[in-house]
Amino acid sequence: MIDMETMNVDINQEKKIPGSIDQLFIITKFEILNYFRSRRFLILLIIGLIIDLLLTGIIGYYRPQSFLSSSLSFYSGWVGQSITFIIILSAIFFGGDSISGEFQNKTGFFIASRPIRRSSIYIGKWIASFIASFLIIIIFLAITIANGVYYFGASIPYELWESLAFSILYLAAVLGFAFFFSSLFKSSAYSIIITVILFLFAFNLIQLLISSLVGIEPWFIITYASGIISNIFTVPFPAHVVTTVTHLGHGRTLTTTTYNATISEGLIIMAGYFIISTILGLFIFEKREFN
Amino acid sequence: MIYALQDRNIEKRFILINYMAVYEVGKLDDNVIEAINLTKKYGSFTALSDLNLNLSGSKCVGFLGPNGAGKTTTLKIFTDLIRPSSGQAIINGINVQQNKKKALSDCSALIETPEIYPSMTVREALSLVAELRGVPRSERSSQIEEVVAEVKMTDWLDKSVGKFSKGMKQRVNIASTLIGNPSIILLDEPTSGLDPRGMAEVRDIVKSLKKKDRLIFMSSHLLNEVADVCDEVAMIDHGKLLAYGPLEEITDKFSTVDDSAEAQFSRAIDESINSQISRIDGIVSVEKLDSRTVKIKYTGGLKSQEYILATLAGMQIGLVGFKSSSTRLEDTYLNLIKETL
Repeated sequence: MIDMETMNVDINQEKKIPGSIDQLFIITKFEILNYFRSRRFLILLIIGLIIDLLLTGIIGYYRPQSFLSSSLSFYSGWVGQSITFIIILSAIFFGGDSISGEFQNKTGFFIASRPIRRSSIYIGKWIASFIASFLIIIIFLAITIANGVYYFGASIPYELWESLAFSILYLAAVLGFAFFFSSLFKSSAYSIIITVILFLFAFNLIQLLISSLVGIEPWFIITYASGIISNIFTVPFPAHVVTTVTHLGHGRTLTTTTYNATISEGLIIMAGYFIISTILGLFIFEKREFN
Repeated sequence: MIYALQDRNIEKRFILINYMAVYEVGKLDDNVIEAINLTKKYGSFTALSDLNLNLSGSKCVGFLGPNGAGKTTTLKIFTDLIRPSSGQAIINGINVQQNKKKALSDCSALIETPEIYPSMTVREALSLVAELRGVPRSERSSQIEEVVAEVKMTDWLDKSVGKFSKGMKQRVNIASTLIGNPSIILLDEPTSGLDPRGMAEVRDIVKSLKKKDRLIFMSSHLLNEVADVCDEVAMIDHGKLLAYGPLEEITDKFSTVDDSAEAQFSRAIDESINSQISRIDGIVSVEKLDSRTVKIKYTGGLKSQEYILATLAGMQIGLVGFKSSSTRLEDTYLNLIKETL
């Protein structure tokens, strides 16, 4: 017997799984929901607010000339010194265990065994981390601008927007790098500790040692590239190479070299870090096994 | 073979046009899981060795073996959580490693005891799965409520999963496998972490799933669970498939003991009734356990069991319970596992 009706029913019942891009945004949506309910988002928000409140109080009370001489120096002092720290903290908080946590906490089994590409999970989580970090930065910046408007009026120097654009690229690069490290380890603790050590200590130390003592431009260090975020407030833009000769007495001198990444160089380094670390992280996550 | 086709849609269209080939639809629409020479090695350790297994149709297949036998490894390969060293894992004609999304589009799995993001409520966790599976927005809410009711978690629908016990999380995990109404369900020790009541409820859920034209592949090391729920059994040890077939056939082939069952009566069984029972065809021996319970050993498998039960009921001697024991499956298991040591 030919049962056309049954056949039609079966064909209609063919399961329609959303496309990979749609699934990516589904992951992003639920991951953001997760972040907003998490303590880490709240803690990071509080840290950002504390920095803002401290600067508001100190500048209001002591009125330091280094901040109040011009709007440029104000934003340079406020944003230039703090935003990279907030970005690094965001990468540690949101990126440090983003992938390793899926293995350690076994949450990966809940998602990865479904009909979804692993790349959708990875990128979806990355976008969620980026959005959560970006929100923290925006809140921090909103308070900064409110202070700036109070002291210097509504004319905001365009260097602030340039600095913000560089910060966004830096955030992408730092998160990409944190995700890469997170995909290397199955332990959240390892991936978080290594991210902390690299961004808060190791990169800065290596940069200092090789530029000042060895005299090599640290073009391969991401924190070196981040210098453009604060240097953009300096007019004219700092020289690429600054050599300082210090006289130590008795005819002896100490020559130290300081490098400043040019804007194009900084952007290329950040983009390079973002692209390479994302490709590597994706590749590792695709190959990793949920044992 | 029909299930080896790579594009089922194309084949369906072909069948719609070709009237003469419609007969093949039954086979084509079978739910099929196939392992072809599936091997998984970790360095020098072989977790899975040349596994060949072909499951199709609507039934429950138990995957039995001791811890470390390769059960979870097999199921993980079928869900692409790990990759085989060689061989192929195929679901409905699609190689999981080549096209995971399509292969798993009509297949759901519960592997180990996954953790659900603790801040999510049951509704949110299941919404995530429903969205990933492409359940239409209009059906999502009702489907979630339906599957949650099935695992008896309705009262917890809007509570955060983070506060749940392992057993409650496992229920949510089981509910998540039902989202999207998949035709194939892979369950890796689904009663793990559940209390006896929870285990019984999960077994009932699995039994009810069988009625809905599904192929269920369930790993377990609980023999009574497999005997109670499954139609067929595949036994594995040291990564090698030892036996596969209908429960009855496997136990007939490998068990050296008779079937047995415990019969309970509402009144005391005297010697004359005892001898009447022992004269029923197929019964090998009757052993009195207490005044109202006897242990019956019999031959002839399910048909014989059915006949004995009907005869006992017809004798009107106060039969109130008849429970077959899994002795033969246990004996089969021990014989097969012993042989591989």
